[in-house]
Amino acid sequence: MMSQFFHHLILGIQSGGIYALVALGYTMVYGIIRLINFAHGDFVMIGAYISIAVIPFLSATGVPLWFCLLISLPLCAFLGAVVERLAYKPLRRSPKLSALITAIAVSILLKNLAALFFGSAPLPFPNTLDLPPINLAGISVSAVTWVTVTVSVAVMAALEIFIRKSRTGLAMRAVSENPDAAVLMGINSDRTIRSTFVIGAALASIASFFYCSSYALAEPYMGTMLGLKAFIAAVLGGTGSITGAMLGGILIGIVESFTKAYISSQLSDAVVFVILILVLLIKPSGIMGKMQREKV
Amino acid sequence: MYRHDFKKGIINFSALSVLFLALLIPSLAGGFSRYIQGLIISVCINIILAASLNLTTGFLGQITLGHAGFMSVGAYSAGLVAKALPLPDGIRFLLCIIIGGITAAVFGVIIGIPAFRLKGDYLAILTLGFGEIIRTVIENLKFTGGAQGLRGIPRVATPLCLTIAFWSAVFCIGIMFCFVRSRHGLEISAIRDDDIASEACGIDNAKSKITVFAASAFFAGVAGGIYAQYLGIISASAFNYLKSIDIMAFVILGGMGSLTGSAVAAAVLTILPEVLRGFSEYRMIIYSVSLIVLMIFKPSGLFGRYEFSFVRLLEKLGLTRRRKNEYSGA
Repeated sequence: MMSQFFHHLILGIQSGGIYALVALGYTMVYGIIRLINFAHGDFVMIGAYISIAVIPFLSATGVPLWFCLLISLPLCAFLGAVVERLAYKPLRRSPKLSALITAIAVSILLKNLAALFFGSAPLPFPNTLDLPPINLAGISVSAVTWVTVTVSVAVMAALEIFIRKSRTGLAMRAVSENPDAAVLMGINSDRTIRSTFVIGAALASIASFFYCSSYALAEPYMGTMLGLKAFIAAVLGGTGSITGAMLGGILIGIVESFTKAYISSQLSDAVVFVILILVLLIKPSGIMGKMQREKV
Repeated sequence: MYRHDFKKGIINFSALSVLFLALLIPSLAGGFSRYIQGLIISVCINIILAASLNLTTGFLGQITLGHAGFMSVGAYSAGLVAKALPLPDGIRFLLCIIIGGITAAVFGVIIGIPAFRLKGDYLAILTLGFGEIIRTVIENLKFTGGAQGLRGIPRVATPLCLTIAFWSAVFCIGIMFCFVRSRHGLEISAIRDDDIASEACGIDNAKSKITVFAASAFFAGVAGGIYAQYLGIISASAFNYLKSIDIMAFVILGGMGSLTGSAVAAAVLTILPEVLRGFSEYRMIIYSVSLIVLMIFKPSGLFGRYEFSFVRLLEKLGLTRRRKNEYSGA
């Protein structure tokens, strides 16, 4: 009984790590331009398809299969920059409604392009992590699980340090604090916003790798639910906060895993949405977020 | 003023009757196959859906992504009642449409109460969440038939269905048009333009928003009721958030704040994929690209806030006399 509990807890932390990686992309973009990038979940999907497309070549040359990440990561980052340049940049000064509609449209576009090129049927994703499971206090933890958790925590720590210490990170914080003042201080806000999208998309490609490793499938609509849950994680943690995104991601992962195990696997999505509604009603700024009052 | 309104009503009614007869007579005489009649019914359903979503998106200025959820509530309640009621076809059909609408409106109020505190992207996500919750719950309930869907909803003869669908669409658009031109309609447009200023002017934002939510849900429920009784079998998976996005595309392409635009866009975008078979594969790609292009170059949509008026057209053609002092003493 107790070992079952820990088993579900560990599975929850694993999917929570993936949600956290995706949630970071939402939270960073939201922090800097106050836009929910609906297409972010679809960056994950695109990352998965890029990996599937390059894996046959990798196995032909004999390099380890996880090298697909080294190809999908820069391509996803590039996609993030392209989407930002073509769809979001022209709308930077438009009403929020237009930007929101564009974000939804980009999301539909990416899904349908993937369906057009790769077909709408799910494609199998090969096992790319050939590592032994580890034994944690009597519970065997599979390779996918411990690699996912370790890498996502490491990536998040690195990101936190990057945001705190590097010049780009400083510029990002400045633009999100006050875009106009940041420009007056000599910050290139367009480039800063683009680099936010690039980092977000790169994190999405890492998330896609772990997501596909644990579910062994990729399909054009995989990004939707994943993206929504990651978004909920970002809201729960407090949009704009990196630690919050991580905390929220892991909490959502655990809640989902326990719901699947102890209540009903069909209702797990509904439970996650109930969390969103409760957070929005009780504390819209999330666990770590700052409350902002709207001014006239 | 009243006499003029009456005259306008008669003119519009006759024009719509001509259109209706042009659709019904070939249907009865065998000129239109069942497929074409079905297409006309789908157009009517989509017109109601698009116009009802336009109430929240166009006139209230809030994106909601859960419209298919209201439609499914309407469809399921209409379907369940239709199965239970042994009434003559036409009466049962109409009654169930209204029941579908009312049930959906109740859900609209329930969702509207938490939703009115939010706006913009949070509201979009929240309504999306509600829509998905409704779908998941329906899929997991026993009496709704679960994931297999609700089967055996009594159907009516296609021409009768066409008649009811057509006049429901006319009726719904008529009510919505009167609503947005009324004092309440002006209030919600004021909220769209500036919610803080409207509150300062003494408008009860919360009440107005919930009213719009309920009205929008009501008409979506009506559309769902027609849909359920036309098809005879419904399944919850048809009402996922992609359906909501479909409806949203009608509204935005047609023009946020133009019921004419919603109707035209819904009609064109329902018929087009059927006429151009090759188009359907690229349908969503074309939708999404045109949405992005539209947002960049003409964010108000193709029709903007323009409304077509048959009476005005006649006046322009010189067929009826323009009334002097039309707006005095209103």
